[in-house]
Amino acid sequence: MTTPVLEARDVTMRFGGLTAVRSVDFTVNAGEIVGLIGPNGAGKTTFFNCLTGLYVPTEGTVSYQGTVLPPKPHLVTKAGIARTFQNIRLFANMTVLENVLVGRHTRTKEGLWSALLRGPGFKRAEKASEERAMELLEFIGLAHKRDHLARNLPYGEQRKLEIARALASEPGLLLLDEPTAGMNPQETRATEELVFAIRDKGIAVLVIEHDMRFIFNLCDRVAVLVQGEKLVEGTSDVVQADERVVAAYLGEPFEPTPEDTQPAAEAESTTSTKGEAQ
Amino acid sequence: MTETTENPQTAATAPAAQRGLIPLPLATARALLLAGGILTTASTFLRWTWTSDFPGDLTVNGYPGGLQVLTLIAGIITALFALSTYGVRGLGWLLPARNNAPLVLTALSGFAVTWYTVISIAAELGGIVNWEPGTYIAAVASLLPVIGALALPQDATDSTKEALKAYIAKADHVPAPQATAPWIQRLAITIVAALGLTVFAYGIDAEDELFIGFLIVVVFTAWALQTAGLFDRFSRLTADNRSFALAMGFVAAIGFPFTQTNDHYANLGVNILIFGTVALGLNIVVGLAGLLDLGYVAFLGVGAYTAALVSGSEFSKFSGVQFPFWAAALTGAAASLVFGVLIGAPTLRLRGDYLAIVTLGFGEIFRIAVNNMDGVSGPDITNGPNGIPSIPDLSFFGFDFGQNHDIAGFTIGRFANYYLLMVLISALVVTIYRRASDSRIGRSWIAIREDETAATAMGINGFRVKLIAFALGATLAGLAGTVSAHVTYSVVPNPYQFAGAAPPNSAFLLAAVVLGGMGTVSGPFLGAALLYLLPEKLVALQDKSLLAFGIALILLMRFRPEGIIPNRRRQLEFHETGQLDVPDTTTLTDEPAITKAGA
Repeated sequence: MTTPVLEARDVTMRFGGLTAVRSVDFTVNAGEIVGLIGPNGAGKTTFFNCLTGLYVPTEGTVSYQGTVLPPKPHLVTKAGIARTFQNIRLFANMTVLENVLVGRHTRTKEGLWSALLRGPGFKRAEKASEERAMELLEFIGLAHKRDHLARNLPYGEQRKLEIARALASEPGLLLLDEPTAGMNPQETRATEELVFAIRDKGIAVLVIEHDMRFIFNLCDRVAVLVQGEKLVEGTSDVVQADERVVAAYLGEPFEPTPEDTQPAAEAESTTSTKGEAQ
Repeated sequence: MTETTENPQTAATAPAAQRGLIPLPLATARALLLAGGILTTASTFLRWTWTSDFPGDLTVNGYPGGLQVLTLIAGIITALFALSTYGVRGLGWLLPARNNAPLVLTALSGFAVTWYTVISIAAELGGIVNWEPGTYIAAVASLLPVIGALALPQDATDSTKEALKAYIAKADHVPAPQATAPWIQRLAITIVAALGLTVFAYGIDAEDELFIGFLIVVVFTAWALQTAGLFDRFSRLTADNRSFALAMGFVAAIGFPFTQTNDHYANLGVNILIFGTVALGLNIVVGLAGLLDLGYVAFLGVGAYTAALVSGSEFSKFSGVQFPFWAAALTGAAASLVFGVLIGAPTLRLRGDYLAIVTLGFGEIFRIAVNNMDGVSGPDITNGPNGIPSIPDLSFFGFDFGQNHDIAGFTIGRFANYYLLMVLISALVVTIYRRASDSRIGRSWIAIREDETAATAMGINGFRVKLIAFALGATLAGLAGTVSAHVTYSVVPNPYQFAGAAPPNSAFLLAAVVLGGMGTVSGPFLGAALLYLLPEKLVALQDKSLLAFGIALILLMRFRPEGIIPNRRRQLEFHETGQLDVPDTTTLTDEPAITKAGA
């Protein structure tokens, strides 16, 4: 029997009168890659933020390895959940190595005094941190760029660096928020390999993604979130075959008069262009 | 870095497409540079005016005086750079990139300082009748290198404006220096430290016209060295010999009072150091952690008042108490730390502009509270607007800071004593700054500054590390404040305000950090020196100094937003590819229709 790493029980998130996430139960087991999909505005990122402590759920609990998570992002990271962001949020003016070292923050203890006094313990800890960070950079293949500023990396490498930074906190569960957004097919496939390699290290992975091929290749299990509610959960085949999922993405099949469909299609095309422009 | 094709070159390698702004052959241009430099130098040995009414004695044939010395130096530098274009052995290092800009700027330096002198002679003494033949020679001689410099060939450009811009552009690529022996590197650092000390000592002693002339020469020469790429080379050199460079800087700082005969200038020195040290403390808060603190001077005030209260001054509330300095310094720093935490704990929950406004408010609260704690409107602690006067001088093991001391034939006055104490404290603060910034806590400050949400998602307790930065900055300011109380004999509430005509106040402190270069160690000291000396020396500007100061800051932010000394992160930007969040490849995936559907 698999052991659950992350368990969300009955999570509800309301912003005033708007319910963004409604009583979602969700589990990630050890060594699993789980996908979370849904149309834009379905509440995926809000749900992510509830898991990582950026938002405090209005109702329900999130527990990690059996203990309820504290509602503070830095404590969640300390507990063992690391994340990346939908729009890359690297420390742009820090070097690649420094970015990863910042990720080591929760796994090191040296405070101000030890930094000022520079005892042997400080030097040992700094050296160990740097070695660990370099291992991670080797792992994602950015070791040769350790002294470049993060802002000067190409887009794909910035995505990878964000993953390395998250891995530096030695998580048991990694949350990836649209890791392949804006990537070309080769880069997407490379990311796929990277996620499998991360899973092989014994880290469970939860992915939000719009790229269906990516999700269905990668995930052991996929959950579909529509309008804040979990619609379906299961293996790729189950989800792909489910009519409600197709309906959520493409709309209900019905037989309208031609006059009705025309404006609706136009409206949809304008919104999607807007989305791409952003 | 779009103009990579533009590569201004001098010398014989110049392709035919290049031409100068003034159409002269290359040989003539160089000859003009060299001859002009030498002639300018020579002209300073002549009389420039007949009366000694003009400040500095310019009436002597045979040796230069006053502003002539500056012209002399500018002339020599111009000539040296000109000789370097001729490939004279031993001068090649002056022009590593072989670009035109250093030649243009050194020529301008001589021209500007000479013509400034010539014009002020006429203006102050009433007409050009006061000029001597030497004056005319100097004026013409200093013009020659400028003509020569503008005739140097460079890539053709569309307009005169662009051509002029290209003449003062920094070299695109500075070749890496040849490997040199460690002793040569150290010798170079020693020479630069000695030169720096000489320039600083000269500038502090200079008054009025001489100071303006000094500024002209220093600004143009520094600009020339920067465009030549020599500053980059030197900073690489100091990075390779970090401890030696720091030690030399320390020695040069200690050497300053020994170059001064008048204790007034040592007073300027100690005030600059106090100002610079507090600015460096503020740099932790603003430069590293990115917290805009507009009330920082209050912590200097807390330190100063604490030291005054326990100094044994008869006007102090606790006049019976007299702490030894180390105890007073610790008490002052500790009091500032407590205030830092008290003010930081509620305010640091705010971000950005809100934090700035609230700290501004707290800074003013300090001044107004101190003003009112006089026993009438509040408890009797600080004597209100009268402050705490007659603070006794410090005394270490019988070394009385109030007395003159003779050390190795040099007389070290009262302010020089305090200056030396302040050098030690600055060294301590520099060490604290460097060690804190290069550590786990320093990285978390920078991470918070870069992106607070991402930083907390990486496990950084934002509030905690911000509070540490705030408290550390406050403590260092308090430490400097304890010395400042003794230097100025008395503490009064007025200097500890947000903005005023003279430093230190919060606005000037922040300006020193921004002007010098955020996140650097030497930047705040340079900024502090400039901001302290300019109002002090340019008495003519007195009532307009804030206006001039504002204009100067606006110009600086327009043309050099990273400050005079950019920090390492900015320097690393030469890897710049110009992309931040934009994908470098097209985002076409296999099935865009499905992935974007349902939007």
